[in-house]
Parts: sequence; structure tokens; C-alpha cells
Amino acid sequence: MTIDTIRSVLKAHSRIRVPIEEIGNDANLFDAGMSSLASVDVILALEEEFGIEFAEDMMHRKTFESINAIAAAIDSLQIKASA
Amino acid sequence: MTQQLPSQTPEEQYLRELIAHGLLIPMGVDGVYGRSAVFEDVLDRFGALVGQWGAENGAEVIRFPPVMNRHHFEHSGYMKNFPQLAGTIHSFCGGEKEHQALRRKMENGEDWTADQKAIDIVVTPAACYSLYPTVAQRGPLSREGALFDVYSWCLRHEPSLDPARMQLFRMREYVRLGTPEQVSEFRAAWIERGQRIIESLQVPARLDVANDPFFGRQGKLLANNQRDQNLKFELLIPITSEEKPTACLSFNYAQDYFGQLWNIPTADGAPCHSACVAFGMERIALAFFKHHGFDPKRWPAGVRKVLWG
Repeated sequence: MTIDTIRSVLKAHSRIRVPIEEIGNDANLFDAGMSSLASVDVILALEEEFGIEFAEDMMHRKTFESINAIAAAIDSLQIKASA
Repeated sequence: MTQQLPSQTPEEQYLRELIAHGLLIPMGVDGVYGRSAVFEDVLDRFGALVGQWGAENGAEVIRFPPVMNRHHFEHSGYMKNFPQLAGTIHSFCGGEKEHQALRRKMENGEDWTADQKAIDIVVTPAACYSLYPTVAQRGPLSREGALFDVYSWCLRHEPSLDPARMQLFRMREYVRLGTPEQVSEFRAAWIERGQRIIESLQVPARLDVANDPFFGRQGKLLANNQRDQNLKFELLIPITSEEKPTACLSFNYAQDYFGQLWNIPTADGAPCHSACVAFGMERIALAFFKHHGFDPKRWPAGVRKVLWG
């Protein structure tokens, strides 16, 4: 479910030109054409969609470089919240 | 009985000295000052020196007023990244009835500003911001790319008692647009030149990687990205602090951000890349006054020769 939601956020906000369906979960989103500025829009949309807030120390390209990386970051926040 | 003086930061102390020597004239708002003839002369001479160093490359000179088209400003994305620094301009747009209400509010000391409407211009946040839409109108760049010399008053809304952090100041820029290679070569050349210029004026400086003050938590990502990719360097000069020297020149590589945003293609059709070197004119003048004294007539002969010939 998380992956599907991430994909729909990327589709709406990443400004990646190739269809999101064609991008693998481990593919680098920045290499695929997501700019740093577009990634800020993605972050805002993810926070709203998942009801989370990424910590300041997570604000690196690495955290958002692939669908799996984003999913792991969201998981870590949700685990923290439920702990 | 000894009088207890209020504690002062080194920044406040320097500001007081500048005012006492008549170089800056307070206007009742932190970070906004008048300048004396002596101050302006230093700034003008430094501007002329920069012009000499930049002349060999044949930059096209454009002087925009210190305001820009609000629609261009909105399109630039400035409000996404630096909303806290922007200076928007508002005016009274009502009729007689609204004017009555406005007068009443002002007479009663109430807030009258809420009814003001944004007009079609905003205060320029950086000298090059009006340039990109102007270049975009001209169509694709030539094979040589393009080089511009711009100079403008700029506004950053960050009231401070640090004279090196003014709200209104002047920024001189050379802006290069072209292929990634052309733009990188330009920036590397100016990093070298910028250091030589400051060195010739006998002021200590060091180069460091830097980032812009992007707003908010998400802005942290942009700031980290700028640093990780070495997109911004600053030439730092100690003015009121050795530990926290002041950025007086910056060397910025915007990659293809403005090329894409404004649709400025190179001769090959790809979005152009751009870079700029920016001189914070007041900060540089303040550095000279700090290191050489408040009276330019008594500055070292070598410095005077470089500036006044």
C-alpha cells in the first residue's frame, strides 16, 4: 500500500517525464529527472498523505532517492510514532 | 559611580562607529541606512574596479530598476524558497468609501495595511532575477552563449543590527548562460578573479562552500543539496567576527534551473545552464572600512592606488 501511495505522489509531484509505472522501486529518482526543487513538493505531499513529518536530519537526497528509500523513511517514522 | 553601559555585540559596536563617523545615516529601521559621499565613493570605485576585471569578456550591461514584474517574481519560485526574505509592494486601490475607512483607521492608530492590495511589482530580491525572463524573450542563445553585467538595489527582509546584514543593499553580478562547460569555465575563472581582486585590496579572505537560506524544514534538503554538489561558493571576509566571517562575494551555479524555468535553450536546443558571480557591494565597503579605517584618505597607499589610481 505504501509503495502505491508513494507512486501516486511521485506521479503528481515529481515532474519526472517517464511514466512512474516504468520506474523500478530501487531506481534513482534524481537520475530519472526529479529535480531537488520537485523533491520538496514530493516531500510536502508525502507528509500530507501519510500524516507524518520528516525530521530535519532526514532532509538529504539519499532519503528520497528511490521509492524503496522513501518507503523505508516512512516506515521508520511510523515505527517511532507507534512505539 | 561608574555608568553601566548596555552590553553591545561586536556588530552593534561597528554599526555605532559607522554612524559616528557619518558613513551610515540611521533611518529608524534596522538594516536601512543612508550613505555618505565617502561611503558611496568607495562603493563606486570598487564597482569600477570590478568593471575593469569583467570588461575583457564583453558582457552586455543591463540596469534594471530595483523592482521586478510581480508575475515574473511569482514564476521564479522565490516565494517557495525564500518567502521570509521577500519584499512585496502594496498600494491603496479602493474608492472614496474605502479611503474614509483608511483615514479613520490611521487616525485611530489601527492596522490600515490589511486592505492594501499587491501591485504589479515587487522589490528585486537579487540583481539577476529580471534578467532571465528578458533573455528568454530573445529566443535560443547563440553558440557562444551569453554574458551579462547587472547591478541593482536588492531587498532582503531580515532586520538586523549587523551593518553587514542590511535589508536594502546593492548587488553587482556577472551572469553567464550557456552550455554546462561554458558556465563552469566562467565560474571557475571568477572564483580565481574574485580572490585576486580582494587580495589586491589587502583584505583577508577565504573561500568556502555555502548554501542559500532556504525556508523551512524542506529547505534543509535544498541547502544540503547545494553543499553536496558544490553549487555555491562564497568569499568570506571577517568584518565583525573572525569566527563568523561575512560572505562578500558568491559564485553560484544554478545548473539548468533558470534555463528550464524560463525556457531558455542553448543553440543545440537543450535548456541552458547558468552561473553568476555576485558582489555584495555594501559588505565589501564595510570590510574595507573595518580593515583600513574609517577615513579612506589614510588607507594604505597600495589599496588607494588600486581603487583611485
